[in-house]
Amino acid sequence: MTVYILQRTLQSFVVLFVMSLIVFCGVNLIGDPIYMMISPESEPAEIERVIKEFGFDRPVLEQYWFFLKNVASGDFGRSFVQGIPALPLILERFPATIELAVFSLFISLVIALPLGVYAGLYPERKSSKIIMSGSILGFSMPTFWVGIMLIMLFAVKLDWLPSTGRGELGTFLGIESSLFTLNGLSHIFLPALNLALFKLSSVLRLTRAGTREVILQDYIKFARAKGLSHSRVINVHLLKNILIPIVTVIGLEFGSLVAFSTVTETVFAWPGAGKLIIDSVYNLDRPVIVAYLIIIVAFFVFLNLIVDILYSFLDPRVRIKGSSE
Amino acid sequence: MTQNNKYELLAKIWSEFSENKIAVVALVCFSIILFVAVFASVISPTDPYDLATVTIMNSRLPPLEEDFSGNVYWLGTDGAGRDMLSAIFYGLRISLSVGVLSGIFALIVGAFFGISAAYFGGRYETLIMRIADIQLSFPSILVALIILAAFGKGVEKTIFALVLVQWAYYARTARASALVESRKEYVDAARCLSLGNLRIMLNHILPNCIPPLIVVGTLQTAHAISLEATLSFLGLGLPQTEPSLGLLIGNGFEYVHTGDYWISIFPGIALLITIVSINLVGDQLRDMFNPRLKR
Repeated sequence: MTVYILQRTLQSFVVLFVMSLIVFCGVNLIGDPIYMMISPESEPAEIERVIKEFGFDRPVLEQYWFFLKNVASGDFGRSFVQGIPALPLILERFPATIELAVFSLFISLVIALPLGVYAGLYPERKSSKIIMSGSILGFSMPTFWVGIMLIMLFAVKLDWLPSTGRGELGTFLGIESSLFTLNGLSHIFLPALNLALFKLSSVLRLTRAGTREVILQDYIKFARAKGLSHSRVINVHLLKNILIPIVTVIGLEFGSLVAFSTVTETVFAWPGAGKLIIDSVYNLDRPVIVAYLIIIVAFFVFLNLIVDILYSFLDPRVRIKGSSE
Repeated sequence: MTQNNKYELLAKIWSEFSENKIAVVALVCFSIILFVAVFASVISPTDPYDLATVTIMNSRLPPLEEDFSGNVYWLGTDGAGRDMLSAIFYGLRISLSVGVLSGIFALIVGAFFGISAAYFGGRYETLIMRIADIQLSFPSILVALIILAAFGKGVEKTIFALVLVQWAYYARTARASALVESRKEYVDAARCLSLGNLRIMLNHILPNCIPPLIVVGTLQTAHAISLEATLSFLGLGLPQTEPSLGLLIGNGFEYVHTGDYWISIFPGIALLITIVSINLVGDQLRDMFNPRLKR
């Protein structure tokens, strides 16, 4: 067990190290960041001074070593564009991204669970078949295009909801979020719905498959034989049992929601971390690109590490397989 | 295999495939799209990238509108006065070629690593499959984002990112079937004839791993086309000189708030039909090759 956790932790650090090396070298191969900071018409001596100051004249690997030393003390460099340290710049954007991901997860559950249970209970009905075909469509539709369509319909044509920005923020229990004001809620609804569509289909399919399996079990028959009402059998006995796999998958997929929010944030001008990275790529803002990519990779590496360790507690087969290698 | 047998096999595959009517419709749709993409320069009403005929005077005409010289634009024009229908035909060509090309490269890379992992086994297999596992633990959009944000945009870089995103799926599939195949007697027989490792892998094991790889291939190609469109829309994928469907939608996005819906809606519908039809064909192929679903 300890060996397995140690192995996995070591592997996580190796992945993080390799990724940071690739990202740092890649970013340093493109563009000439000097002209981001000073005008190309400056005195040659001034250009020389800036190059020296930022160490752009040294070999990439040496720059990387300096970068690593700085990162160890929490310094990812300063944004070329905004002139403030990259790390706080990125971290202050993360709450907006997490808020969007959580709310869209909520929306996808609210829509997908009832539809999935319905399609699982009555698989032969026409409405169930329509739901399932719809889920194939939801699977295939490119997120960004659906986002544009939502803006066109609800923001431009019907003028019901705003399509850009985060709106007013409210504070509740010390957390600042759009979810606590009416104006903020109206702003988050469209982007969250857009991001939710991406997960909706898979949750729906899982729910349907789970329902069809559980409905045949003896405990459901027993609950019915006891004379419990239909709704109690569905809401308590069935739902409790199909939730286990769904919760597992949602835990695993939360990370991919955060990754995909880059697209939604760009479409809806949502001021989250994903929008920041796209803007930084446009502006060739090297420190922010490097810092963001390393932070997001670290986020995923440790998310996976935690999931793997939890699994090994729950399922002994994982442990045995892991240590025999 | 004799010529006659080959035809019989094809007929059998077709009769199984055509059991699902929706899949047949999807296949017809995809054939039309393929035709349009290949012959885009022949069947397009105008050449949307010929600077001599495109004028800014015709910019943002709604669908079915005529210009001064009486040309009808079935799907309207974009901000630069290009005919949307022609732009979509050309865009389909670029989107499909990038998607299919990246799929083929990923298939080659993935099949090579997957089959060799199964064939040689040991530490080599552990290493390859561990790398694939690690990579699959990241969402595909994130892997592509890392590559393109770090190395910049471009056609080759986009294809490279798409290959990197896909290879692990092919490697897993190829390894799974190669593991089964390499324990069969014909592989032992080939070994007894002291044939080279490469020859056994290529001529003996690979042909028997093809069906599952084709299934993964169709579904992955649809995914690659969708991902390329997303990346190009974000401004990370293809450059403006290669206007794929994603870039067309991105250009139309600028006009969303002014109500010029046709510039982004029609390329999106073309993209959607492409992805859905490939997915439906792939689903039917998967059901056909899955022995558990055999009735």
